[in-house]
Amino acid sequence: MQPTTLQLLWFVLLGVLLAGYAILDGFDLGVGILHPLARDDRERRIMMNSIGPLWDGNEVWLVVFGGALFAAFPKAYAAAFSGLYLAFMLLLFCLIFRGVSMEFRSKRPEKPWRRFWDFSFFASSTLATFLFGVAVGNSMHGLPLGPDGDFTDTVRLVQMLHPFPVCVGLFAVCAFALHGAVYLNLKTEGELHNRIRRWMWTCFWCFLAMYAVVSVYAILEIPRATASFRNYPWAWIIVILNILAIANIPRSLYLDRPLRAFLTSACVIAAFTFLFGLALFPNLIVSSVSPDNDLSISRAASTEKTLGIMATIAAMGIPFVLAYTAVIYWVFRGKVVLHEDSY
Amino acid sequence: MNVETLSRIQFAMTIMFHYLFPPLSIGLGVLMVFMEGMYLRTKDPQYHAMTKFWSRIFAANFAMGVATGIVMEFQFGTNWANYSRYVGDVFGSALAAEGIFAFFLESGFLAVLVFGWNRVSAKMHFFATCMVSLGSIFSAIWIVIANSWMQTPAGHMIDPVENRAVITDFWALVFNPSSMIRLFHVLMGAFILGAFFVMSITAFYILKNRHHDFARKGFKIALLFGAACSLIMLFSGDLQAREVGFHQPVKLAAFEGIFKTEPGPTGMYLAGWPDTEREVVYGVKVPYLLTFLMYRDFKTPVSGLDRFQPDVRPPVKIPFLTYHVMIGLGTAFAALTLLGVFFLWKGTLFEKRWLMWIFVFAVLGAYVANQAGWVSAEVGRQPFVVYPEVKQLADGNFEMTGGLRTVEGLSNRKVVVADQVLASIVLFSLVYALLFAVFVFVLNTKIQHGPDAPQEPRTAPSDGKGFLQAAATLVDRQGKTLASNENENRTPEAH
Repeated sequence: MQPTTLQLLWFVLLGVLLAGYAILDGFDLGVGILHPLARDDRERRIMMNSIGPLWDGNEVWLVVFGGALFAAFPKAYAAAFSGLYLAFMLLLFCLIFRGVSMEFRSKRPEKPWRRFWDFSFFASSTLATFLFGVAVGNSMHGLPLGPDGDFTDTVRLVQMLHPFPVCVGLFAVCAFALHGAVYLNLKTEGELHNRIRRWMWTCFWCFLAMYAVVSVYAILEIPRATASFRNYPWAWIIVILNILAIANIPRSLYLDRPLRAFLTSACVIAAFTFLFGLALFPNLIVSSVSPDNDLSISRAASTEKTLGIMATIAAMGIPFVLAYTAVIYWVFRGKVVLHEDSY
Repeated sequence: MNVETLSRIQFAMTIMFHYLFPPLSIGLGVLMVFMEGMYLRTKDPQYHAMTKFWSRIFAANFAMGVATGIVMEFQFGTNWANYSRYVGDVFGSALAAEGIFAFFLESGFLAVLVFGWNRVSAKMHFFATCMVSLGSIFSAIWIVIANSWMQTPAGHMIDPVENRAVITDFWALVFNPSSMIRLFHVLMGAFILGAFFVMSITAFYILKNRHHDFARKGFKIALLFGAACSLIMLFSGDLQAREVGFHQPVKLAAFEGIFKTEPGPTGMYLAGWPDTEREVVYGVKVPYLLTFLMYRDFKTPVSGLDRFQPDVRPPVKIPFLTYHVMIGLGTAFAALTLLGVFFLWKGTLFEKRWLMWIFVFAVLGAYVANQAGWVSAEVGRQPFVVYPEVKQLADGNFEMTGGLRTVEGLSNRKVVVADQVLASIVLFSLVYALLFAVFVFVLNTKIQHGPDAPQEPRTAPSDGKGFLQAAATLVDRQGKTLASNENENRTPEAH
């Protein structure tokens, strides 16, 4: 079954939503991962307030991704979410804690109170990022999808932790930490800023090492993930652009162009998202049981009518979304200044 | 306990906890639009302080709403995978619309509302407040449309091959028989909650003799808004109950505790306790009332549970009790706000300490009423998750065909097992208990802290000092400075 135009459009749009989420929430998850490196209360508040006005809007990308997956490919949504039950529950707890940590942390002056929320902010950001990576790794590796469109068996958390998904999870933590550091580089000044520049380089080398490990591992061990490159030679363009973008991060930092570094880092994350989409294509869920059980785009999709209605909704809504996202990022541009309305 | 019971408990728990927050966002949002609009018109700094104070509470409430709301988005897939497959084609577009039209709007402009006081012009800030309020209402619109489709499905057909509902007419889905009536009801419930919330805190200040002008002005605004909405609610409740009576008659029978269809006109219990074993209700009954409310005459009997197959009857006890609690509270809100308006007109409202104390606690009733309304709507829909077609036969009995039973909507039993659901329930209980305690604690901190002293807003970014100096120079009625009187522990960050 060849996917129809609308089905392809929604597969691509889901990729765009996921890339948007990874780029935007990526930097504020990254700020959470780097949070313990701040030395005192003022620095911790600066870090939190660098994402204060933005994180909530960034998380909406995930909510909309979930909603769009439910609407466009209900079978994929149902199989994956029920099959990876505990992983999703853990992820939910992370997202719950992350949101309220920022909201509540600075509301009381007591030390233990702030310590608790600081830790919760760091731990939930790190674990959420790791879980995203594990989920991506497992999707590439294949999930135990049976012939009836459900998993053949319940998946325990331990089963999700094969070496490959764990590597992807660690890679995600490094990538988001780097992205967060590059973002903080834009938003801070003075002594903290100098330290952030040092963290940035550390993150960059860790990221590069994990990138090498994951790439080699995928090429050697997961032939299905790299099959698309044999079928669609143009896909190599993304790989080449990705490598160029990665190389451009240290270059921008060296030339002291923080905004360019941030945009480049965003491109790197977008490229990884598209590579992940290519690895799955033409399926949404790859079965580790038998290729006959793969949940292809056309098998999982809603009716053409629904996809058409959703495309209309998206065409009406997206210009608005982009417009006020741009407005809000413009309003909160520049270095972080703490004032009475801050977290 | 089996997976079905556990999953239903989990859904009830997570949705009820989540629904503590959105109604306040909706109700308070509208009130903030009014307050800030008044500020732009009158340039009275009191309104500025008011908007700012409520926006901080709004932000904490909103964060809780977002954190608990993301659970709902995932839960259809984790615990109700078969339901997701069955309704995805129909339900999905409503959820996608909610995300694209509502969530982006709310979360984006909330940033300007909370953090943007000194970064954007007063007009732009007001625009942001309007957008946040609009976003929260949009969100209600789409989610209520989705829920109403489950109650009174329309605009779809069943695909027999795939065994799922597929959309045939988007607008018929949007304007399904109960969606607009239910939306009206839900929004009114949220508005009443917002009004009572503001009245609760301002009444507390009035009793404690704090923030004199702020409290009185705020209370008046909320009282008038609350009174108007409570009166409209009586009309909306009537509309909603009749809609249920026509489209889901077995649900109404459970609400009203009618086990057997009476030969003549049906009375209505004002309060009671249903005994499901003996199929009787012990309580106070007004004869003829239900028939009159339902059919506007005094002879048509209202159908009881006996006109339906046993396997389509909902449980009676929970819907009966929650429905009656909701109606009782709704009536009490109308009476209470009218009493308040009467004393306001007499000019003695703020001296009536007993009434102020009632208003301090009445907000709890508003929360209970909002929860009770949803519990009766959802439990009354059982044993179905998507409602079947209802037909009345010639002999007066009903036939219900199609639909999706709740038990059929569960995830595959092989994949999601009882102990996983139980583990998540235990974790949710712990996390939610902690969050709730923290939320109440933070709310209390904000209430004790009170509003900032009125001041002209600056346009330049502040350094935190200017505000303290401004506050220190303002003198309240007792001749103490506000800064030393109420803001003893003030630091620029102790909000």
